[in-house]
Amino acid sequence: MAVCVAVIAKENYPLYIRSIPTENELKFHYMVHTSLDVVDEKISAMGKALVDQRELYLGLLYPTEDYKVYGYVTNSKVKFVMVVDSSNTALRDNEIRSMFRKLHNSYTDVMCNPFYNPGDRIQSSRAFDSMVTSMMIQVC
Amino acid sequence: MADAALFEFLHTEMVAELGAHHSDPGPGVSAGVWGEKVGSGGGQKMSLSVLEGMGFRVGQALGERLPQETLAFREELDILKFLCRDLWVAVFQKQMDSLRTNHQGTYVLQDNSFPLLIRMASGLQYLEEAPKFLAFTCGLLRGTLCILGIKSLVTASVASLPTCKFQVVIQKT
Repeated sequence: MAVCVAVIAKENYPLYIRSIPTENELKFHYMVHTSLDVVDEKISAMGKALVDQRELYLGLLYPTEDYKVYGYVTNSKVKFVMVVDSSNTALRDNEIRSMFRKLHNSYTDVMCNPFYNPGDRIQSSRAFDSMVTSMMIQVC
Repeated sequence: MADAALFEFLHTEMVAELGAHHSDPGPGVSAGVWGEKVGSGGGQKMSLSVLEGMGFRVGQALGERLPQETLAFREELDILKFLCRDLWVAVFQKQMDSLRTNHQGTYVLQDNSFPLLIRMASGLQYLEEAPKFLAFTCGLLRGTLCILGIKSLVTASVASLPTCKFQVVIQKT
C-alpha cells in the first residue's frame, strides 16, 4: 500500500502526484524530487553496462527511516515514483512490481485518450484516479 | 483479416474529407475543419498538416503502448528497427521492406507495397494524389519517434505506386 504516487514527465516535471496523509504533502513532494536524481543515476548506469535485459523496474531507490522509495521508468522516459511506508514489511518486491505494472497500464490508457494532450497534468482521468486510490493505504 | 480494412477505409475517408475543404468554391475564405480560416490556396497545405498532426498524436499513443516490457532501445538504430518491425506490423500487418541510413542522422525506410496505396494503382497513375495519402503515416512515424525521445522530420516520396519511401532526418539539438 503506497503512501505517495507520482508520475514524472521526461523533462522532470510532475504530471501527477498524490499522497495520502493530505496534510504534510510537501514532505512527499520533496522526497519525490530528490529521488529523481537517483532515478537519473540508475538510468545512466544502465546505459553504460551493456546488459541485454534492461528492466523498466528500477527497484528500491533509497530508504529513509520511515519510508522506502521505489522507481520505474518507461520507454518514453516517463518515471513513476512510489513512496511506501517502511513499517509495512509484508510488502514484497513482486507486489511493488505489479503495482508499477498497473500504473504503467493506466498511464498508457491515459496517453491513448484523445482528450488528453501529452505533457499536460493528468487531471480529468477518473479511471487513473480510482486506480491510484486502490493502491494507496487506507487511512481512517 | 477485416481489421486492416477498417483502418484503410477510415483513412481514405479522412483524406477525402480534409481534402474536400480546400477545393470548396466558397466566397474566398471558408471555415476549415477546426474552425480556422482556410484560404483556397493554402487549403491543401492546411489539410496535409492537419492529417500529419493526427498521425503525430496517434504515433505518440502507439509509442507508449507498443514497446514491450524491457527497456530495449539502446541507440537510435534500435528505435528505427522498432519502427520498421513492430510499429509497421501493428498498423499495417507487414514489416517495412528496407531500412537504409547514412549513419549521420538520415534514415530511408522503403515499403514496396504500402497498404494505403496498394488499392489505388500500380505504376504511375495517381502519382500526384499520392502525397495526401502519406501525410498521416509521416505524422505517425514522427509521433512515435518523438515519444521515444527523438526529434525528427519525416517526409515521404513516391516514385511509382505502391512503392514509397519515408525519409527520417533526426534533428540534432
